[in-house]
This record gives sequence, C-alpha cells and structure tokens, in this order.
Amino acid sequence: MSPDSVMRGGSTRDATAREGATRRHPTVLRAALTIARKDLRIEWRTRSAFLSAVAFSVLALTLFFFAWDPTAVASIDLAPGVLWVTFTFAGLLGLHRSFGGEQPTRAIDALLAAPVSREAVFLGKGLANLVFVLALQMVTLPATAILYNIPLGEVAAPLALVVALASIGLVTVGTLFSAMAVNTRLAELLLPLLALPFFVPIVISAGQATALLLAGRPVGDAAMFLRLLGTFDIVAAVVCTLMYPSLIEQ
Amino acid sequence: MSEPVVRAERLTRTFGPHRAVDEVSVALHAGDCLALFGPNGAGKTTLLRMLGGLLRATAGTASIQGVALPGGPNVRAQVGIVSHHTMLYDALSALENVEFSARLYGMPAPRDAAHAALTRMGASSYAHTPVRALSRGMQQRVSIARTMVHEPSVILADEPFTGLDAAGASVLSGMFAELRDAGATLVIVTHNLDEALSLCTHAAIMRQGRFVRFDTAPIPQLPEYTALYKELLADVA
Repeated sequence: MSPDSVMRGGSTRDATAREGATRRHPTVLRAALTIARKDLRIEWRTRSAFLSAVAFSVLALTLFFFAWDPTAVASIDLAPGVLWVTFTFAGLLGLHRSFGGEQPTRAIDALLAAPVSREAVFLGKGLANLVFVLALQMVTLPATAILYNIPLGEVAAPLALVVALASIGLVTVGTLFSAMAVNTRLAELLLPLLALPFFVPIVISAGQATALLLAGRPVGDAAMFLRLLGTFDIVAAVVCTLMYPSLIEQ
Repeated sequence: MSEPVVRAERLTRTFGPHRAVDEVSVALHAGDCLALFGPNGAGKTTLLRMLGGLLRATAGTASIQGVALPGGPNVRAQVGIVSHHTMLYDALSALENVEFSARLYGMPAPRDAAHAALTRMGASSYAHTPVRALSRGMQQRVSIARTMVHEPSVILADEPFTGLDAAGASVLSGMFAELRDAGATLVIVTHNLDEALSLCTHAAIMRQGRFVRFDTAPIPQLPEYTALYKELLADVA
C-alpha cells in the first residue's frame, strides 16, 4: 500500500521526452496569431456576436435619432457622443464572447494546458477582438453618418486614427475584464460593470477628438486627445498583458 | 531509483473552508498507470487539475519530470489532458480542432498530425464534420485525438470513457495500454473499475480529499476490488 511506485524502464518515454524537447514551441506572436485566427474563424462561421453587436448598434443609433430634437442640438454636436457610447456598449457584446465562448466545453483548459505563454493567449484574444470591434465600427460609423447627416469623407483619415487608437484601448481593457468575469455566474453583467469605468478616458478622448474633426478643425487641434489615447493604449497594453497570467491562474 | 515523472508531496487544495485535496502524496515513474477511484466530490478532478498545472495548490508541491508545477511551456508540452468536458470548439470541424491543438504544440506538420490522431481514434470519417453535429461519443473520440496529437509522455485523463460506446472504450483502452507500455505515465480518474483495473499498475481510492487505499501491482482482481471499494465507501450515499 505504498504510494511510491516501483521503478520502471523509461527508455521509450525518454525518447518521447527528447522529441518533445526538440519540437519547437510556437513563438508568442505565432501562437497569438493561431489563437486569433481560430477565434475569428469561429465568429465567421457563427456570426452570432457580430450580428448581435451590429443589430444593437443600429437600434441604439436609431433610438438616439428619434429622441433627438434637431432644433435644440446640432447633429454635429450630438453625433460624436452617440457614436462612441453606442460603439462602446456594442463592443462589449463581442468582448464577452471572447472568453465566454471557451466556457461551455472548457476549451480554455486545453488552451491553458498548451505550451504557449499566457501572454500569447491574451494577445491572441486581443487581436481577434480588435478585428471584431474594427469591423463593428465599419458599420457603426457609416450608420451614424447617414442618420445624422455627417460628412465623413473629408475627415476619414484622421477619424480612422481616432477609431484605431480608441479600439486598441477598449479591446485591451475589455479583453482582460472578459477573462476576469467569465468564471463568475453573472459574467455578462459583471463585464460592463468592471470595464466601463476604465472606458471613460477612452470615450472622452475619442468623443472630443471626433467632435473637433467633424467640426472641421485641423488635426493638430485634436492632437492632445490623440496623445491621450496613445498613452492610454501603451499603459493598458503593458499593464493588462502583465496582469493576465496571474489573473487566470486559479 | 530514477526521478519520478509525476510527483505530489502533501498536495493540498482548499476552496474556502473545504479541503478538496488533503495532503496527497504520490510518485509515478515512466510506464506507471494510476487509476483513481472515488465518489463524486472526493477530490479526484481537483487533484488531476493540479497535476495538469490548471489549478494552483494551496499547500504542498507537485512536479512533472522534476519541474515544480504549474511549470512553463516545456512541462506543458509533455502533458496531455483528457476531460469529461470535450474542450472542443463546436463551430469548428473535428480536423480543425485537432489541427489547432497541433499548431499550439508546435507540431511540424499540424494537419498531417491531426489526420493521424483522428485516424488512430477511428474518427477520420467525420474529420470535416463540425463538432456540434457529432454525437457525444464521437466528440469524445475527437477530444482524445486532440489530447494525443502531440504524443504526450504524461496523460491525465478525467473520466475519459464518458460517452464512448464499447468500441470507442476499447480503442481508448488499447491506446492507453500502448502508451503505458511505451513508457508514458498515466493518471486515469474514472468510475469504470473494469476498464481502469485492466490498464493500471497502481490503483487508489479517494475519499474526502485523501487516499483511503493505494495498491501497487499486483492489484486485486475486479470482483475483489469492487468489494473493497464498496466496503470503503459503504456509508457514502
């Protein structure tokens, strides 16, 4: 009844171990791309989160439109706020799916048991989420322009920069909180509660920059907000990537 | 004596006041197969998750090939985990699931490796079928193929026979026996005494987080072991 086993020959196993040792684990970037590709393939097949987010965006924009009194507030003043509030909430739908989709079959366990760094998992999830929110913005932005009669053509390039910087921040923070909330019973409620306070600086900066650009001001006038977004992105990327491994260790 | 491949020393895990695993010690060498029995809530899955590096121990230590867990990528590359959860993506095909795993483990030809693993589990005929369209037994075969695709030297299996029909269970038993004979180390958590006893070199019964019985070969035959098992757990509802 001893819990210690008897010694056994291990030559074959040793050979397997040696083979495993020579097998090259994927680099962080390669593993991240593999994970991102997998997530995007699943979303492409199901389109469940994307269609939900698009439907939410269009509905929210329409509701704001009908609640808007054009004689009281000019569309150019209202549209940036509507755009970023709508986009933030719609994006949360996709961010929840990021880790929520791993839960039903505990696929996340297989992911964490694989010989890839935790940072690669975070980066992969973040990349997939970034593609998701950028695709969502490609619907939300034109829909806002149509409903509020905003000329996007002239400010398309600087506005794209605002969208890109804001999306990176939203995705970085949102992906971390998605991982944190997913193991709780009220994950879908907890994610916005955790993430929205951290989204405030992004929404303010992106909203202000968008308003300045739509008002026809030069890009330089929005530079401060662009710098704020860039700084937030860098800080969030470093902090969230460092925090993620300790967050998922149970 | 060589270094144990899997070692746990006074391994403990608590969830609040509940001690799910309570100072469990075990050492397994290459070619050992431990069958872990016990009622629901005995701590078997928790022990397995700690050995797989998926759960941190509250106290005590565990190691795989001498590296303290949870360890890093080199340790994880040696381990394969089978669960009663399929750990598969429903929207992907069987092949895509296994290939994804092969890529994460750095297999040189991931698609070929995935095909080979599915063929080994008798699942190649539905390689291109989405997992959600497969029966539970078929999904379990794919799940096992996913685990085995990188040819792990340590296999941690939690209820691996779940959902498998007789043919599937036979294929899996044969694969486990083959791996064990080739020098892999296996820990199998199961309620299936018949299948597990035919495979194992060690058998343990867990209760309330502890080993209440630990046998090494020769392990009592099925009828005798079943009687022992029932006796030890007679007061468990």
